[in-house]
Amino acid sequence: MTGNEACAEAALSAGMRFFAGYPITPSSEIAEILAQRLPREGGVFIQMEDELASMAAIIGASLTGTKSMTATSGPGFSLMQENIGYACMTEVPCVVVNVQRGGPSTGLPTLPSQGDVMQARWGTHGDHPAITVAPATVRETFDWTIQAFNFSEQYRVPVIVLLDEIVAHVNEKIVFPKPEEIEIVDRQRTNVPPEKFVPYEVTDSAIPLFADFGSGYRYHVTGLSHDETGFPTNDPKKIDALYRRLNDKIEQNRERIIRYKTVMLDDAQMCVVAYGSSARSAHRAVRQARAMGIKAGMLQLQVLWPFPDDVLSALAQNVETFIVPEMNLGQVAHEVACATRRKPTQINRIDGGLITPEEIVEQIRSVSV
Amino acid sequence: MLRAIEHSNIPKDRIALVSGIGCSSRTPGYVDFNTLHTTHGRALAFATGLKLAKPDLKILVVTGDGDATAIGGNHFIHAARRNLDMTVLLYNNHIYGMTGGQASPTTPQGKKASTAPYGSMEPSFDISGLAIAAGASFVVRTTCYHAVQLERFIQKGLARKGFALIEVLTQCPTYYARPNRLGTAVDMLRWYKENSIPVERARKMEEREKVGKIIVGVLHDVERKEFCEEYYRLVNRLREQ
Repeated sequence: MTGNEACAEAALSAGMRFFAGYPITPSSEIAEILAQRLPREGGVFIQMEDELASMAAIIGASLTGTKSMTATSGPGFSLMQENIGYACMTEVPCVVVNVQRGGPSTGLPTLPSQGDVMQARWGTHGDHPAITVAPATVRETFDWTIQAFNFSEQYRVPVIVLLDEIVAHVNEKIVFPKPEEIEIVDRQRTNVPPEKFVPYEVTDSAIPLFADFGSGYRYHVTGLSHDETGFPTNDPKKIDALYRRLNDKIEQNRERIIRYKTVMLDDAQMCVVAYGSSARSAHRAVRQARAMGIKAGMLQLQVLWPFPDDVLSALAQNVETFIVPEMNLGQVAHEVACATRRKPTQINRIDGGLITPEEIVEQIRSVSV
Repeated sequence: MLRAIEHSNIPKDRIALVSGIGCSSRTPGYVDFNTLHTTHGRALAFATGLKLAKPDLKILVVTGDGDATAIGGNHFIHAARRNLDMTVLLYNNHIYGMTGGQASPTTPQGKKASTAPYGSMEPSFDISGLAIAAGASFVVRTTCYHAVQLERFIQKGLARKGFALIEVLTQCPTYYARPNRLGTAVDMLRWYKENSIPVERARKMEEREKVGKIIVGVLHDVERKEFCEEYYRLVNRLREQ
C-alpha cells in the first residue's frame, strides 16, 4: 500500500465522513479512493471547483459535526491558506493533507520536496495556532492521519498532514492496527440547554465546547474578531483575549502534542534531525555511521509544529553537532539553529531528488573528523 | 427576507444563513438562525459543505454583486451548475459599498466609481443571465422598490428545491448615486419604479425599447435534478448492494 492509500484508509478509520477536494498531483489518489469509498460509508465526497472552495466546504461540513478533510499539494495548499485562517479563527476542526512537491509555483508536480514546512506554520496571515505532523513511512502515515483528526477534534484547529511525494507514493507492507487499538478522539460537545449556550465561552480549558450546526443550538460564526458570544467586537480587551487564547490553547499543550522518535541518541555526539522521507535515509545513515564507530544518532520529528524547541535545547547539552537533511534550503535547520543556539550542518536538495543515506553518511564523516 | 421566512413556516433551528463579505453579508449578524459569516466570495462553497453534510438544513445565502460575481464568481457558477438546494439573495448595488465605492463587475459602463474616476470602461455582468446559463433552476430579478414582490419571490425560492437566485437591485445612495449624480435614496427608488418592466411585457418588446430598463419577474423556472438529493440517492443505492 502507498502512503496516499494509507492516508485515505486512516481518515475513514478516524471517522472522517466528508471530503472536498480538487485534483492535483501527487495527492489525487487520496481523492480518487475516497470518491469510491465515502458514498458506501454514507459519507460525502465532492470535487469542488478549486481549492479555495474545497477548504470552505470542509469547514461548512465540520460545523455540522462531521469530521472533514481535504488533500492537496503546494499550489493548492497556497489557495487554501485563506480559509485555513478562517478555521483557526472560528475554531472549526478539520484536516488538510499536503503532499509536498517542488515549488514555488507549479514547480515539480511529480517530484518530492519538503518546501512547505514554513508555509504550514505561517501560510495564513496573522498570528494563529498551528499543528503539523510529518509521517515518514506508510504505517506512520496511517497513524499520523488518525492523530491529525484527534488533534483537530481535541484542540478545535485545522491540522496539517505534511506528506512528501516519496512517502505518498512509496509501496510498503503495512499491518493495520486492530480497530480496538486505535484511539479516536471526538470534539467535546456542550450539554447545556440551547438558551444557555455561549459558543466561545471557556472555563477551565482554553478550548470552548462545540455545538453542531442545525442541532438546536443557534449561534453565530464569523471570521471577524469576536467575543465569547461569537459576535464581532472592537473591544481591545476582548480582541486581545481571543487572539491570545487561540494561540495559548496550543502553546499550553505543547508537551501533549509534540512527538518524536529517537535512534541511538543516548551517547550520540552528533544528531541528525530529520522528518518525512528524509528521516528514512537518516535512519539508515546513522546505523551505517555507528558501524564505522561514529557516535551518531537521530531525532525524527513527527510533529513539526509546534516545534520541539525544548527537546533540541536539552539535546544540545550533550550533542556537539546537529545535521539537518531536508529537501528545501533549510526551513527546519533554521528552527534547529534557534533552539540549539548553534548553526547546524545542512544537507539540502531542491532538485527533485531524494536525499540518500550516502549523502548523510558523508556529512556525518566529514564533521566527525 | 424575514417576512418570507416567517410565512414559509420553516423553524429557525433548520435555517442556516450564510454570507461572505460586504454590506449584504452583514445580515447574518443581526438575525436569530444558524448564522455563518464567512470569507469574501466563499459563502456558496461553505454553504455547499453545510448542505451536503446536513441535508435537512434550509440554506439561505445573502451576497452581493462583488462578493458573488467577482471574487466568488467561480463558486457562483458551480453552485448554480450543481443545482444545489439553496436560496441565494443577491443584492446588486453596482458598487463595492463597504470598502468605499470601488467599481464592481456590475457597475454599468460609463458610470463612475472611486476606482473608475473617468467612468467604468468594462461591460457589466448580467447576473441573472449568468445564473441561468450556468444551470440555476429558479431565477428572479426585482428591485428593492418592489418590496411586496420581493417577499413573494423569496418565499417562492425557499419553497423550490434547487438553486434559486433572487437578484435584487438595491440603492447605494452614498457611493453609487453621489459620484453619478443620481440623487437621493428616494430618487433611486423612484428610478427603479419608473424603469422596471415586468418580464412578461419585456418579451413582447423590441430590443431597442429595453435599453437601460430593468427586466423584473420570474426570468427562469425549470425542474432539474437537485444535487444533494441525487447524491443521497446514490448513497442509498450503494448501501443496499
